[in-house]
Amino acid sequence: MPDPAVTAAGRPSDLGLLWRQVRAQNKLFLRNPFSAFFSLAFPVMFLLLFGSLNGNGRIEELGNIRYIQFLAPGMLAFAVISTCYTGLVTGVAINRDEGLLKRVRGTPLPPWVYITARIGSAVWFSMVSAVVMVVAAVLLFRVEVIGRMLPAAVVTLLLGAGCFCALGMAVAAVIPNGEAAPVIANFTFFPIAFVSDLFFPTAGAPAWVGTVGSIFPVKHFAVALEDTFNPFVRGSGFQWGHLAVMALWTVIGVVVAVRFFRWEPKVDAPGGGRRRSGRASRVTEAAEG
Amino acid sequence: MQKAIAIAVTNLRKRYGELEAVRGIDFEVAEGECFALLGPNGAGKTTTVEILEGYRDRDAGEVEVLGFDPARGGRDLRERVGIVLQSSGHFRELTVREVLELFGGYYPRPRATGEVIDLVGLGDKAGARIKTLSGGQQRRLDLALGLVGDPDLLFLDEPTTGFDPSARRRSWELIESLRELGKTILLTTHYMDEAQNLADRVAILAAGRVVAAGTPDSLGGRDEGEALIAFRLPAGVSLDDLPPGLGARPLLREDRVELRATEPTRALNALTGWALARGEELDALTVTRPSLEDVYLRLTNAPEPAHA
Repeated sequence: MPDPAVTAAGRPSDLGLLWRQVRAQNKLFLRNPFSAFFSLAFPVMFLLLFGSLNGNGRIEELGNIRYIQFLAPGMLAFAVISTCYTGLVTGVAINRDEGLLKRVRGTPLPPWVYITARIGSAVWFSMVSAVVMVVAAVLLFRVEVIGRMLPAAVVTLLLGAGCFCALGMAVAAVIPNGEAAPVIANFTFFPIAFVSDLFFPTAGAPAWVGTVGSIFPVKHFAVALEDTFNPFVRGSGFQWGHLAVMALWTVIGVVVAVRFFRWEPKVDAPGGGRRRSGRASRVTEAAEG
Repeated sequence: MQKAIAIAVTNLRKRYGELEAVRGIDFEVAEGECFALLGPNGAGKTTTVEILEGYRDRDAGEVEVLGFDPARGGRDLRERVGIVLQSSGHFRELTVREVLELFGGYYPRPRATGEVIDLVGLGDKAGARIKTLSGGQQRRLDLALGLVGDPDLLFLDEPTTGFDPSARRRSWELIESLRELGKTILLTTHYMDEAQNLADRVAILAAGRVVAAGTPDSLGGRDEGEALIAFRLPAGVSLDDLPPGLGARPLLREDRVELRATEPTRALNALTGWALARGEELDALTVTRPSLEDVYLRLTNAPEPAHA
C-alpha cells in the first residue's frame, strides 16, 4: 500500500506510523466488548443510577446546586480514569504477558510510537465517552453546561486523561503480571475514589478523609472538573492549584513508566523447568538458560 | 551489502544470576545460508538467538548481525530482519489481512500483503479475526509477520514445535522456498529431522556451549568412523560360525546380527566372502552410519552441571 508520508529512504514517517497505529488500537478497542463496556457503559450506568435515585437533591456545601450537576462531571472523571488508567494498566500488562509487546519490539516500529499510539487511543475514547456522558446528562437530567467555563472543562479533561494514562503506564510497568493487573488497577482506584468527591462530596466528612483524598490525583481531577459545572464558581473556571497537582502526578507517572517499562514478562527465578502454560504466557528460555 | 557473513558470533557469554546460560559460543552464518542451532531445552539456544535479535544484552563476546551490533542496531537493523519468536501474542481482534498491512507498514519495502498470505497458505483466512484461527494457523501467521518486511535475515525460533507431520512438511517447504530467494535463515530446533532437512550447517548446543558443528551429514564424525552392519542370522548358523577378521564382536539381537565395524569395507569383505563360500544368503543386510539423532544424543548427554 503506498504511503504518502514516507521519507526519502523509503522509511515510513513517524507521524504516519503513529496515525496508523492509533487507528489499529482504536479498532482493537471497539472490537473488544469488555473495554467498551468498562470505559463507557459503566460510568453511564452510575450516572443513571445515582441520578435517578437522588438527582435533584441539593448540596449545601456547593451553594445548593443539584446533586446531578455535581455527579455528571464526577462521572466524566470516572469515565476518563476507567479508560485511561484501568484500561491501560490491564491492557498493557496482559499484552506483555501474551508476548504481544515483545513481538512489536522486534519490528522497526519505534517504541515511542507504539506507546504514544496506545495513549492516544485511550485519550480519544475517554473523550468520546466524555461527550456521550455530557449529552446523556444534558438530555436526561437537564444538567447545565456552562459556556464560559467550557474551555477550562476541556483542558481539565485532557490533562486528566494525560495524567491517568501516565499513571496507567507507570503501574503497568511495575506490576508483576497480567493476572494481577485488574485487581491492582481497581484496588488502587476505588478506595481512593470514595474519598475523592467522585460520587459524592466529602465536605462534611472527617478531616482525614479530605487529607487522604488531597494526596492523590483523583480528587483534584474530580473537583477541578466539577467546579467547571458549578454555576456559582466565578470566572473562567481554571482551577490552577488542582491542575498543578495533576501535572505533578503526570510527571511522576512518566518518570516511573520510562524508568521501569518492560516489553517482556518478568521471568521467574532461574533453575526451574520450562513452563508452557498455554498461549497466554510462556516464560522465555532466559529463565532457565 | 556485499558482505559474505550475515552473522558472526565470537566467544559469546551470558549469565542470569548464578546461571551461566551461554558459556563462550562461536559460529558464523554466511549470507544465504540456513543455519540451525540444535539442542535440548535449556541449552542456551533461545538466549543466543535473543541476543542476536537485540532482545538481550550480552555479558561478553563479539556479535555482528548484518554488520550491526544487535544491542545498538535499532531500527536500521530491525528493518532488515524478520523475527519469529517461539510464542508471542497477537492482535487478536484484527483480521489476518489487517495485521499484515499494519506490520508491513513498519518496513521501508514490505512484501505485498496478499502475496505473503498466499505464501503461508492462509488465503481462505485473510478476512478472519486472528482469535478465530487455530494454533497452527496462528503459527503460520507468525511466519507471515516475520516475512512481511521482506527481510534479508530471518530468525526462526522453534518454528514447527507442536505441528502435526503434514503441517511441519508444509512449513519446511516454505522455509526451503525462502532459502531459494536468497534469505539467510537462523533456525533453532530440537527436532533432528528438521535440522537435517533444512539446514546447510548445524551447531549442536549443550549446557551453553557448541559441542559440535558442521553439515548435517558430517556432524560428529557421522561420515567417518564406525558403521553398523546388520543381517539376519542364516538358519542353522551360530555366532561362533561367523568368520574372523570382522574387526569387532558381533552381537545377536533376536535373530539379527549387529556388528559395529570401524573398518566396514574390510568387515563386509570378510562377511560376504564367508557367506558366498558357504552358499548362504545374508537376508536383510544393511550398512548404516550413525543417525544425526545418535550423534545428537551422544553429544548432548555429556555430563551437565547440576542446574541444567
